[in-house]
Amino acid sequence: MALIHDLAVQGGQLLLVLLMAPLLTGFVRKVKARLLRRQGAPIIQPYRDLARLLQKDVVLADNASWLFRVAPYLIFAATWVAAALVPTFATNLLYSWTADLIAIAALLGSVRFFMALAGLDVGTSFGGIGSSREMMIASLAEPAILMIVFTVALVAKSTQLSTISDFILSTHVGLRISLGLVLVGLIIVAIAENARIPVDNPATHLELTMVHEAMILEYSGRHLAVIELAASLKLLLFVSLIACLFAPWGLVRADAGLAGYFVGAVAWLGKLAVGGVLLALFETVIAKMRVFRVPIFLGASLMLGLLGTLLLFVTRGL
Amino acid sequence: MPAELILWCVAGLLVAAAVGVAMARRAVARPVVYGICLVASLAALLVAVGALLASPKASAASLPLGLPWLGAHFRIDALAAFFLVVVNLGAAAASLYALGYGRHEHAPHRVLPFFPVFLAGMNLVVLADDAFTFLLSWEFMSLSSWALVMAHHRVADNVRAAYVYLVMASFGTLCLLLAFALLAGVDGAYGFEAMRNHRFGPTSAALILTFALLGAGSKAGIVPLHVWLPLAHPAAPSHVSALMSGVMTKVAVYGFIRIVLDLLGTPEWGWSMVVLALGGITSLMGVLYALMQHDLKRLLAYHTVENIGIIFIGLGLTMAFQAYQVTWAAALALTAALFHVLNHSLFKSLLFFGSGAVLTATGERDMEHLGGLIHRMPYTAFTFLVGCVAISALPPLNGFVSEWLTFQAILQSPDLPPWGLKIIIPAVGAMLALSAALAAACFVKAFGVTFLGRPRSPAAAQASEVDRFSLVTMFAFAALCLLAGILPGAVIDSLAPVVGGLVGDRMPVQLAVPWLSIVPIAEARSSYNGLLIFVFITLSASLAVYAIHRFASRALRRAPPWDCGFPDPRPITQYTAGSFAQPIRRVFGTSVFLAREHVDMPPPGDRRPARLEVQMRDLIWEGIYVPVAGAVDATAGRLNILQFQTIRRYLSLVVAALVALLLVLAIWL
Repeated sequence: MALIHDLAVQGGQLLLVLLMAPLLTGFVRKVKARLLRRQGAPIIQPYRDLARLLQKDVVLADNASWLFRVAPYLIFAATWVAAALVPTFATNLLYSWTADLIAIAALLGSVRFFMALAGLDVGTSFGGIGSSREMMIASLAEPAILMIVFTVALVAKSTQLSTISDFILSTHVGLRISLGLVLVGLIIVAIAENARIPVDNPATHLELTMVHEAMILEYSGRHLAVIELAASLKLLLFVSLIACLFAPWGLVRADAGLAGYFVGAVAWLGKLAVGGVLLALFETVIAKMRVFRVPIFLGASLMLGLLGTLLLFVTRGL
Repeated sequence: MPAELILWCVAGLLVAAAVGVAMARRAVARPVVYGICLVASLAALLVAVGALLASPKASAASLPLGLPWLGAHFRIDALAAFFLVVVNLGAAAASLYALGYGRHEHAPHRVLPFFPVFLAGMNLVVLADDAFTFLLSWEFMSLSSWALVMAHHRVADNVRAAYVYLVMASFGTLCLLLAFALLAGVDGAYGFEAMRNHRFGPTSAALILTFALLGAGSKAGIVPLHVWLPLAHPAAPSHVSALMSGVMTKVAVYGFIRIVLDLLGTPEWGWSMVVLALGGITSLMGVLYALMQHDLKRLLAYHTVENIGIIFIGLGLTMAFQAYQVTWAAALALTAALFHVLNHSLFKSLLFFGSGAVLTATGERDMEHLGGLIHRMPYTAFTFLVGCVAISALPPLNGFVSEWLTFQAILQSPDLPPWGLKIIIPAVGAMLALSAALAAACFVKAFGVTFLGRPRSPAAAQASEVDRFSLVTMFAFAALCLLAGILPGAVIDSLAPVVGGLVGDRMPVQLAVPWLSIVPIAEARSSYNGLLIFVFITLSASLAVYAIHRFASRALRRAPPWDCGFPDPRPITQYTAGSFAQPIRRVFGTSVFLAREHVDMPPPGDRRPARLEVQMRDLIWEGIYVPVAGAVDATAGRLNILQFQTIRRYLSLVVAALVALLLVLAIWL
């Protein structure tokens, strides 16, 4: 019975992230539109887009290989699994130990690997430019994530997300310089990973600076739909991750019961809303960066992560 | 008993070599030689697996060969058994692959006699239980592989590669010779048992460590001793490249582990800093070099350098933990390093087999002339893709597990007291993270440019799938990569006796953990379950495919590529290997390789095409090897006059030398 209950809660989280992801994307778009004094599309527009894309034919390039057709589903599945393993409303779910923070970061690496290969598959110059730049960005963003993970893991003495958020909730951690450094670092990485302004622009299609959109240019129909859904899931993942690491208030444990889950879910929705508003605000006030300025931006994040880790290494045992 | 059985297998290999010499030019020689190699390696593999899993106690054997008062001693303990598994797994796969691949060899008489000798040499190095046998087998291994590098000696680059290899191999053996001389001491105790029982003073320990690092490191490819590796590994036939990269570098790692962790005892913590720093630099430089290559086999060879760096980071951490008696963490770090040894031998052999298949099918190694092979060679492409995912350390395959364990070991290190370690370990961690991310970029490039897109040459457009032997080998290794990735607990548990023998502790039993997770310390601290990740991804991907095809749409039609409305059918408009690496070259290469780009833009009206020229410099080659080679040349030039003397001068020189030596002896004694 307990197992069925645990499975149900874990399954609930799986469905919850899937259902909420397009809503978050729609919400960010809406807030951004209002900040620009536009009316904006309704918040549920991403769902409509997905439904429409799913009904359409796939138009596949003549020389696309099997990898091109398989990649969207792999990308979606890996992102979904990663997003479902980050605590949203409750910690210590049934499978929360399947992947620790390092493994979640590496799962996102797998996603990017297949995305970049898909960009190269048709052999168009746009796909190539997207893949090449994505891997350049990843070559700095991924180590930055790992250094951030190191810092957090050294503070909490664990790389398990549930343990870390429990640790930050239960004991009096106080203000730590290293955690502050890596919070800034993680936000920078999250912006880059989700292809948001100033690194990339999710709203353009015909600009030489595009990265993510260039890779998926050849996709259409259901393939495009699952890739868009994966992109939304990734945004949700990063907002949940930042919330779970740096603002775990409201998170409940897996044995909290229905009322507890409700509290956790409300707190999580609140955090998503705050994250979405802040993201939209940030994107509105900042301009897109030249592509070769991005390494400096991300290098700062890597340095912040390294500084945080170093600080913890040298202050340990004093 | 196992030691004798493996010696019989080695004897079988030597018979194969004799057959290779006798019948080299006949067509029947190839299946016979590779067949014997396959059987002998498989038998040795079984014996080694049995020795690793079943019998914890060492087995010894000796032969009346070598020095008359010494004989040749052989011994299998857990460490040797593990490395025999790695060697013979790679050897069996290479032999099976060569049954098909060897058909395209145009000079089989230069490959067949040396290939079994090479396998025998690697087995003997790992088996050896005294310094003399070890060094002799090491030279056996070096020289036979040198002969294999020279197999296609009419290609000008190969001769240069073989020459550089020969010089570096001699240097390495010289260093190992000195290391063993110091280990044996003035009494000349050449047996490993005597060395193990001897305690060494700080000076001699430091010298032994330096020589071991130089000797084994030059064979393994530690930066800056790696220069021969990217030249020699690609020059050999592909199944030999797979062995040299996947297995021979591991034999070098074995040499280092045997000398430093076993024979020498526990070195001071300062030495772990040296090993850690070298490991970090090696991994980062290796992958950066690899990214700049557009020759597929050379890219793979440079990438071996990166993986050797990762292994040495694990070994350095082991030494650091050992120096402070944190044995459980030392066990974790050593398990990570040994796991990576196994992993790298699997996926690097697989990738070299794949590049050999591409070479057979197209005759090209240059990625700029390949492309679109996924359509013509679907099976090769699939296995190569598995290898790429594994080597890029992506879950759920095996490469990720060993890197994850290395990261876990790094996270256990802040409690080590010395300041030097506190600063160097996070820096090495950052280098490891950076090189892991760059490796993914490198293999997106390798797979994407070679197998995806449109063919860039007629040869690539007309390629066809390779023979069954090659495909079976590649599929078997791809399956092993997946298995080691989703069942890492089994590998970690079978490494326990090896780790226990060296650091006196082991990681917790992993196969007892529920759901087959791996938990290095405690579940609250870290855990990873490759099996569940694999199952989850497969399930959710299948679910998505099913749901979408069932309830939404499954219609599909083919059309020309969209490419923002400006599709250009010419393959030249695709991204190439060079253009793919350009952003990374701009970010990292400007400082590491002093990369300079120059655009030669003709003025308006001039119809000449614009050109982009890239200049890159290899600072290690220019900074170390060119001056050393210059100094050797200059000295040799000066000494040249000695060659043109009269007989009287020579006689007086000989007498003078003799008197000088006698004087030295008289003063010293």
